[in-house]
Amino acid sequence: MASRGPPGARGGMNTRFAQFKLVLLGESAVGKDQFDSYRESTIGAAFLTQTISLDENTTVKFEIWDTAGQERYKSLAPMYYRNANCAVVVYDITQASSLDKAKSWVKELQRQANESIIIALAGNKLDLVSEQPDKRAVSTADAEAYAKEAGLLFFETSAKTAENVRDLFTAIARRLPLDQVGPRHSRPGQRQGVSLNPESPNTNVGGPCAC
Amino acid sequence: MAEDGGKRAHLSPPGPSAGELTHIAHENYSSSQENKIQSHSSKLVTRPNVGDESNDGPPPPLPPRPGVAPSPQAATTKVQSIDVQTLQFPDGSRGTFQTPGARAMSTPVQLAANSGSSTPGRSSTVDADDAMSVMSIVAPTLRPPGDLASLMVSDMSRKSPAWQLLRSQSASVKPFETVRLDVRDSLADFAQEFEPVPGTSEQGGLGDEQRLAVWKSKLKHYMILSSSGKPIYSRHGDLSVVNSFMGVIQTIISFYEGADNPLQGFTAGGTRFVIVTEGPLYFVAISRLGESDAQLRSQLEALYMQILSTLTLPNLTSIFAHRPNTDLQKPLAGTEPLLSSLADSFTRGSPSVLLSALECLKLRKSHRASITSAFLKSHAGGNLLYGMIVAGGRLVSVIRPRQHSLHPSDLQLVFNMLFESGGIRSGEGENWIPICLPAFNNRGYLYMYVSFFDAAENTAPSSTSNSSDAVPEAIPFSPTHPTPQATSSDSIAIILISPSPTSFYDLQSTRNNLVSSLTKGPLLSHIRTSIQSGRPSLTTQISPGTPLSHFLYKSRANVQFCMPSSSPQFDSPLPRRKLMSLYHSLHGAVHARHCHLKVLHSVADDSTSLAWITPTFELYCVAGPNVSRAAMTQGANRIVQWAKREEERLFIIGGGVF
Repeated sequence: MASRGPPGARGGMNTRFAQFKLVLLGESAVGKDQFDSYRESTIGAAFLTQTISLDENTTVKFEIWDTAGQERYKSLAPMYYRNANCAVVVYDITQASSLDKAKSWVKELQRQANESIIIALAGNKLDLVSEQPDKRAVSTADAEAYAKEAGLLFFETSAKTAENVRDLFTAIARRLPLDQVGPRHSRPGQRQGVSLNPESPNTNVGGPCAC
Repeated sequence: MAEDGGKRAHLSPPGPSAGELTHIAHENYSSSQENKIQSHSSKLVTRPNVGDESNDGPPPPLPPRPGVAPSPQAATTKVQSIDVQTLQFPDGSRGTFQTPGARAMSTPVQLAANSGSSTPGRSSTVDADDAMSVMSIVAPTLRPPGDLASLMVSDMSRKSPAWQLLRSQSASVKPFETVRLDVRDSLADFAQEFEPVPGTSEQGGLGDEQRLAVWKSKLKHYMILSSSGKPIYSRHGDLSVVNSFMGVIQTIISFYEGADNPLQGFTAGGTRFVIVTEGPLYFVAISRLGESDAQLRSQLEALYMQILSTLTLPNLTSIFAHRPNTDLQKPLAGTEPLLSSLADSFTRGSPSVLLSALECLKLRKSHRASITSAFLKSHAGGNLLYGMIVAGGRLVSVIRPRQHSLHPSDLQLVFNMLFESGGIRSGEGENWIPICLPAFNNRGYLYMYVSFFDAAENTAPSSTSNSSDAVPEAIPFSPTHPTPQATSSDSIAIILISPSPTSFYDLQSTRNNLVSSLTKGPLLSHIRTSIQSGRPSLTTQISPGTPLSHFLYKSRANVQFCMPSSSPQFDSPLPRRKLMSLYHSLHGAVHARHCHLKVLHSVADDSTSLAWITPTFELYCVAGPNVSRAAMTQGANRIVQWAKREEERLFIIGGGVF
């Protein structure tokens, strides 16, 4: 804790640097793990940072929590999304059921997470569909309509070929309140919100997990 | 005592004591011939290849009981069979069953005089009858020259130049290099052991029968099913192949369960089936590798521990309490790779599992002490339970609270997850993993922070720059993905375990503190140097000129073991498996219930081996087939001396306590 700089924007001469918390959610097999390609299967959650530059003098650093998709870890999810500034909910465009799962994640986020959270819906495995169009199970129009209705950013991506992945993160970054973020401006995205969270359900050691 | 042993050597089937009877019943594929061999061990060279079930099963080598007076002269052979089991080590540790008097001593001396061959000269002390009976069970195949010599009566063989030449050759034969043409190597298919059984979905795939044949050709199977017969896990084959077998297994097991007489295991041909029942789960191991029941059972226990570490015991119990028909595959989703990598490490043969001990990275005592003190200084709260630095599955440093120590079986699960399964690959990411460590507490989750950094010189861990206030360079998105270049064997992991689910950031700063103090000084390079130099070589570093080829040394007090580099002889999977099979049989023999062996010297066609158990250490060593017992003993002593001398470098003694 001590060695880390405070989150938020720091102004250099004329550069802006902002740091945000992002959580990746989705069913286990949607290929969400390919967003951070060093993971093969998702056990627990991974924490990684990703820095992108929006323009010459704006840099956005994402602290990404990549959660495991398995049911048994579901009770841990609130710990990761509670103070997130943004969330990427991933589904698999070759599997209709994964969109339903994604919808339930969106609902949960809208109900439980930070009010100002920016949610992006990502239909993954675009690479599979461009090779074999008949594999598609969720039409772009349907998903897009849902995203519009729920107020989500929407992209179809291929984490494997990195298609649209950067666009997705850039779009999120542009939606984030870069200008409001200042050192004095205490955002809910600060990490002590995560680190001191005793009321997080079902995560206490010794207690049986309800999942 | 002597009488006892002698009788066993002659009777077939041997008349074991009541205690041993149970054991032999378990190992019913071990023939009476085996028992003969065991008691005549240094003399006989009949064992077929290691790995063949008929020989290496670990029946107890029938130690004679102390307290009976030595028998008269008629019992020469009996005494003979006993002093084979007797080794005199300078530290005074001898078998409980050594013969009194000079005879036991005389044999090693004689052997030493003959330097190198195992038997010449012995014939003079063995009476003719015994020689006959001995020879009759020696298979007429490639035998070391020692037995040829014992066919000849006179001493002339020892002087003949041809004999000298043969003998000088024989000592250099490495273990497992002799080839027997008459016995099919049961491990011949070991190379295919880990290849998947083709699935039905594959186009142009094999028919059901062929797939079944592939499935049946596997030497080792692990299956897990629920007591209601629902398949949970099978190492080989998909459910279409395995389903019907699961049904059969469930029927058999529940039949015995119903009779209140649980089935422990059975043998069919050369295949051993071992069953463990844990609550609502049945675990079945099917092995043609000749492991003992106890060893298979502990492997199954480890699989059970893996399941618990995913679910915790209360969870598992409640799942089945509510719905006994639950399909456990779903709650366990994503952990098959963990179970499989654990199973495969058993099939390949893991010294760590066999000895229930950990291996440490060899480091100078002062270096390890500085690493540990840097670790303790980095500790930044977060309710830390255990902290470890691990390099390629070998411990570098441990810190822990005074009241808790580490459990090897728990660490085995952790190391399997991090270094074997590929579930979490090394990279610059940080992981936060809920895990139950069943030996520590099977009722709840702990939270494990894991961060790898590459052992390669150039890569500085990213978070060190995080901690500074400098604005990180903006890099294009996708290329920033860390490339998983480091193989698990040379990556260094920092593992921090806490009972608190919210301590991630505290542990992260502990890690950052530690990384910066390791990289600031020379400590990281000490670790890297040690990783790069690998395990010490037996012939060049530990004991130059030793006749031994490999050893395992376990320090019982520290629950740690060490071994020399396996290269080049045991690098590939098959020789490695043969070596491990031999260690398994030695271990099984000396740890068999009701068996109080301290020293076991075993001679086979393709190797000689020695197990030596004392209260402070266990040593298992392997040499070529023609290495004499004296040379073996001397080699073993050298290793023990080396291990004592290097103890504080080889093992972590105590670790850092906070």
